[in-house]
Amino acid sequence: MSRSILRTIAIPLAAVVFGLLIGVVLILSQNASPATAYTALVVGGLGDADALLRTLQKATPLIFGGLAVAVAFKAGMFNIGGQGQLLVGAVFAAAVGFGIDGLPMVIHLPAALVAGAIAGAIWGGIAGALKATTGAHEVIVTIMLNFVAGNLTDWLSANPWKDNSGNNIVARTPLVEDSATIPTLGAVPVGFLLAVVVAVACWLVLERTTYGFEVRSVGHNRNAAQYSGIKVGWIMASTMAVAGMLAGLGGAVESLGVDGRFEAGVNVGLGFEGITIALLARANPLGVIPAALLVGLMEAGASRMQFKAGVAPELIDVIQALILFFVAAPIIIRWVLRMREDNSEQLRLGAGWGQS
Amino acid sequence: MSEVLLAAHNVTKQFPGVLANDDVSVQLRPGRILALLGENGAGKSTLVNILFGMYRPDSGDVIIKNEVVDLHGPDDAISRGIGMVHQHFQLVPPMRVVENIVLGAEPSKRGLVDLEEARNRVVELSGRYGLEIDPDALVEDLPVGMQQRVEILKALYRDADVLILDEPTGVLTPQEADHLLSVLRELTATGLGIVFITHKLREVLAIADDIVVLRNGRVVGETKPAETNESGLAEMMVGRSVVLRVEKSVAQPGDVVLAVDELEVNDDRGQIAVDRLSFEVREGEILGVAGVEGNGQRELVEAITGLRHPMAGTMRIDGEEVTNGSAREISKKGVAHIPEDREKHGVVAVYSIAENSVLNRYHRSPFSIRGVLRRDVIERHAQEVVDEFDVRTPSIAVAASSLSGGNKQKLIVGREFSDDIKLLIAAQPTRGIDIGAIEFIHRRILEQRDKGAAVLLVSAELDEILGLSDRIAVLYDGKLMDVLDAQDADRERVGLLMAGITK
Ligand SMILES: Nc1ncnc2c1ncn2[C@@H]1O[C@H](COP(=O)(O)OP(=O)(O)O)[C@@H](O)[C@H]1O
Ligand SMILES: [Mg+2]
Repeated sequence: MSRSILRTIAIPLAAVVFGLLIGVVLILSQNASPATAYTALVVGGLGDADALLRTLQKATPLIFGGLAVAVAFKAGMFNIGGQGQLLVGAVFAAAVGFGIDGLPMVIHLPAALVAGAIAGAIWGGIAGALKATTGAHEVIVTIMLNFVAGNLTDWLSANPWKDNSGNNIVARTPLVEDSATIPTLGAVPVGFLLAVVVAVACWLVLERTTYGFEVRSVGHNRNAAQYSGIKVGWIMASTMAVAGMLAGLGGAVESLGVDGRFEAGVNVGLGFEGITIALLARANPLGVIPAALLVGLMEAGASRMQFKAGVAPELIDVIQALILFFVAAPIIIRWVLRMREDNSEQLRLGAGWGQS
Repeated sequence: MSEVLLAAHNVTKQFPGVLANDDVSVQLRPGRILALLGENGAGKSTLVNILFGMYRPDSGDVIIKNEVVDLHGPDDAISRGIGMVHQHFQLVPPMRVVENIVLGAEPSKRGLVDLEEARNRVVELSGRYGLEIDPDALVEDLPVGMQQRVEILKALYRDADVLILDEPTGVLTPQEADHLLSVLRELTATGLGIVFITHKLREVLAIADDIVVLRNGRVVGETKPAETNESGLAEMMVGRSVVLRVEKSVAQPGDVVLAVDELEVNDDRGQIAVDRLSFEVREGEILGVAGVEGNGQRELVEAITGLRHPMAGTMRIDGEEVTNGSAREISKKGVAHIPEDREKHGVVAVYSIAENSVLNRYHRSPFSIRGVLRRDVIERHAQEVVDEFDVRTPSIAVAASSLSGGNKQKLIVGREFSDDIKLLIAAQPTRGIDIGAIEFIHRRILEQRDKGAAVLLVSAELDEILGLSDRIAVLYDGKLMDVLDAQDADRERVGLLMAGITK
């Protein structure tokens, strides 16, 4: 048992180590001290309550985004649409957050979160339903829906839902009501706790329920799933809706817990980082948590690293890219060679591409 | 005549946990056919892969043309005149036949592939060996038997004087297989030596000059067709005496369970595959569906099990119409289904044996309650299936992919037989598995019949149909040629019907 866990985390762990080692070379090439830089990075991400809060805040949408990709992987689909799903979740959560007042928090906050979740679910569900009914490839559809979501949320925050206070000219919504703002418990944002609970719930559903069994069956062998009486189209559509819901929740937590509003352009890229996280976690919902914390820490500590060691913060992006490369490389290699592999251990990242 | 074309000398090869070849020696002489016989996992593929340079032996020697050689890869073997047709073809489907044949050894002119020259050589070669083929056809458009011919031509094109064929008949229809055997016999006339792997006894007796039987990695017998017979070979293969034909009592047919009326089903390309079929299967009888593969059997089975929508006609189970029922609705009526392609439909390779043991029952009590899986119950059930159906595995936690074909099939059969069955649809239930497992599965199917289940047995193995069925329906081109009582059926009569000939 513990040996199989070790084997599962060996590749991501090695990838992180390799990424950081190459980081050392890059830091040296900028005539800076790697020790100082990495110390500053860790202190900046964990050193005090503020730093920890920053790390947890950065990690929260990464968990949701990572889950959105990981859960879709389980059904054999590649969800590139986390970005769009997150954006619609963020704008609709903000709309409910600022648009209604006079509600108690126990109603208002959940309502706003649910609005974001539903918006994301619809966005993901469109891709899933199109795949199930017409065979349209989810990668193409979700990429296109990302553009639609980007423009739709830009327009919403610049027109009907625009913040007209003072002389604001930015495309953003008003601040959400206090009753819809996600509180913080000490250094721990409640949104982060929500993300952890959702990740555990995803794992439980996938591993312990009949629905999860159906999702995994479809992901591993669509034909066998059909043979066993599983409604494959429904599973694909519903799993994409769940994936979208997870990304939408991530967007909602950003609006309600971090930014306090939706602002066009602020969340750009967050959805795509979910792909990194899911790969690093090898599509395991529980693995998403440490993966997101690691990346969150690096992002939270980047500015201190720049300040203390004089290293460009873009280094963090490079290290992340390297880690991703090292995680993906063995998978890609195995995928290319999959005919010869015992496929019991491998993560079916190729499934979304190979099957139509 | 003392030349040895190809030989293994005391070859041993260890894989993690299995001694795949244990001190194996075999010899091939020009113009002869050496049959390697053995059950799945006996080490046949390993041995020929060593002879072909794909694996290196741990100890022992490979000898090519009286010379001990050290092969570093298939290229080494090919350049020494060894050609191999693998169990799984190594062709490029969207490319033309001629391109596939010359691939990797293309004649060139000024740095460009000289397709004209390639085509001429291929035409010449296929003429010389009587292996007719259209050099310009796309490989993906060819039937399996023709694709195999391309593989053989590929080897001959590279001037092979030894041809190794790993289970070449496993993918062929009986007719294609017979044809292949005669082609191989002709090839030896030019001095070519052939290593022929199979686990089909009849083929060995029909074609081999020398027979080597492998079991658990060891050579357990060497013989010649004239000195043995089917049951002698089977005994050597399995290590005990086996029943090639299971005893069965006279059927006691009861009420009609499955009634199919004027059923019409299309194939994937939208062409009619099942053409207004009508038949019935009663409790306590086995209706065998014989036919060359591709005559509508797959579509028929898929329609009956709810995996494909019929275009017209009706199906009833126990008098109730199920024509457009889903797979799950039909399975709920007490229908068990052994699918023809166990890798594609029968198991989820990465799932554990436990998960596979409930693949189509996971949603029912006691395996789950209100949507939550009960792992302890599932594991207990899996252990029961493994014990009762003799699935050879170290544990129920291992992935199904680690099981041999026969054990996978026993797992599937065990899963399907763990409920009371009203109707059993068994499609190619023993394809590609070893004799021991075949005997086992045949017994279990008969047992179901005797317990009162109606059985629809679809098989491309005529022996299986003749051995098990109480009545035999012959499909040709999607149509029912005839339904015979088992007593009136013999190989010849059914074979003619399979070819579409009615007297
Ligand atoms: N590449 C491999 N790695 C590990 N074990 C193998 C490998 N190839 C074959 N084996 C094992 O070696 C034994 C012999 O296999 P094989 O030569 O394929 O048998 P056969 O072709 O007679 O069915 C089997 O137990 C099989 O599981
Ligand atoms: Mg083999």
